[in-house]
Amino acid sequence: MLDDLILSFSVDPRIVEITLRSLFVSGSAALIAALWGIPIATIIATKNFHGKFLIKTIFNSLIGIPTVALGFLLFLTFSRENGPLGFLHLLYTPTAVIIGEAILITPIIVSMAVTAIEAVDPEIANLAMTLGASEAQASFAVLKEALGGIFLAGIASFNRAIGELGIAQFVGGFIFGQTELLTTGIWIELQLGNPETSIALMIILLSMVFTINLALNTIQRMRGKEWKPLLNLET
Amino acid sequence: MIATVTTVLIIAGSYVYFQSLIRTRMMISTTTSLYETGLLNATKQAFEAKYPIDLAFLAVGTGQAILQAQGGNVDVLLVHSPSNETQFLQGGDGVCRKIIAYNFFTIVGPSSDPAGIIGSTVTDALKKIVDYGRNRTGRIWVSRGDGSGTHTKEKSLWAKANFTYTQISTEPWYASSAQGMSQTLNMANEFGAYTLSDTGTYWKLSKDGTVSLVAFITETKDLLNVYSVMAVNQTKHPSVNLTKAITFIRYLISDEGQQLIDNYGKDEYGQSLFHSTVQLLKQNATLQIVQWIKDYAFIKEGNESYECPPQYRDSRYPDLYS
Repeated sequence: MLDDLILSFSVDPRIVEITLRSLFVSGSAALIAALWGIPIATIIATKNFHGKFLIKTIFNSLIGIPTVALGFLLFLTFSRENGPLGFLHLLYTPTAVIIGEAILITPIIVSMAVTAIEAVDPEIANLAMTLGASEAQASFAVLKEALGGIFLAGIASFNRAIGELGIAQFVGGFIFGQTELLTTGIWIELQLGNPETSIALMIILLSMVFTINLALNTIQRMRGKEWKPLLNLET
Repeated sequence: MIATVTTVLIIAGSYVYFQSLIRTRMMISTTTSLYETGLLNATKQAFEAKYPIDLAFLAVGTGQAILQAQGGNVDVLLVHSPSNETQFLQGGDGVCRKIIAYNFFTIVGPSSDPAGIIGSTVTDALKKIVDYGRNRTGRIWVSRGDGSGTHTKEKSLWAKANFTYTQISTEPWYASSAQGMSQTLNMANEFGAYTLSDTGTYWKLSKDGTVSLVAFITETKDLLNVYSVMAVNQTKHPSVNLTKAITFIRYLISDEGQQLIDNYGKDEYGQSLFHSTVQLLKQNATLQIVQWIKDYAFIKEGNESYECPPQYRDSRYPDLYS
């Protein structure tokens, strides 16, 4: 069994290929979600407007959206002939998975970033403004303070993206050599009678998720002890 | 602003990148029983070495495979359910059907054969299984239950044995896996239950040592299993790439493709998992198996029956039927 496993790690080049594809897809999704999520979070956290509580609640509840439901909705959206976005021919491509996962993790990024930004002392923005900063510059000053928390939000959402199955299955399929990801690979390789490959993929996925979580916790604890004062000193 | 631009750039970039990878791609929706034996990946390797076309298989049950084809999501359909295929062609969704392979279904079960079906006909065996199941507690029969070709076959066998499918499928001894063939065999193995399987998947799992089920009934006319390929109709579904689809069909029915089907699994399992049909149907009209295939998998049109009735052929590709 162990020999088989070592063999499949070393012999099956597809394991590397599947892992890299999975990293790329989830990484792109996290990046996209951060790019549109952080500005949204900044606005929610720093501005006072009507319905702010409602919007925050909506983002918080969307964190728990079942991936199978989102996957199915995206499948309907991307279906070649009946879907409103079918003309893009995105169904069963990695791009569709990237878009789907970016949507999935946006609420995570937004909610975590809002919390991080709100934790920053509001005096910092005021201080920056009194020192002659524009509103945008003041926002950046606040963002800089919240950077650690936002970084954690990004990592957490990457973790969610790389481990989800519903979207990857619905809009990625598990097409040999094209859209097979770590999660879908575990499933389909077992169906194909390659349990060693499935086990190898599972070990890779678990090690990644555990390592990332461990790093997350460590960073959070370090922040609690020394990072925060350090950052405060800078201002 | 920057965020929007970068987002668009990333999506567009990955879109262009992946589209360039899949530009040469052709989608084939197919049945799990063909895919899980590994035959299709062997075909993929051989085919891609010859042609600049990448084959992308979407392995689902026949019912789901046909839905994908009707939605225009795929270019080719490769399945094993003649009744569903006939409806698919009649609905105007498919063209150029070719029968490419056959094997048999088999009724498998625990080696102790608690219902005593060994040596029975299919009809008697199903009756014995029902009798046994009704007098015991526990799952005695595992069904695919997923609208696949195997599931369709199972339903027709229950009907033939005079059982009402909707009734027996709700009885406590009857379990529906709603999964692929491998998973269903694994489940039957766990329960010590009987199930209907295609021989290809069963032999593979049996030789691998994954399941210890025994095949009790096989190679009778009732259990014939015929695989066909057809292109999705480009006239109705404009996004379909018919030229690529025909290239693939031509390959499957070529001597090379047919030999690949015949020889697949011989080395590994000591016997062929599938048998080719193209030369068989052309030449040996008197063989019993040819008669069986014609009775089971040909489509009746008036007094004649065809592999593909003329109205569903494409006049541009007469070589498929010569």
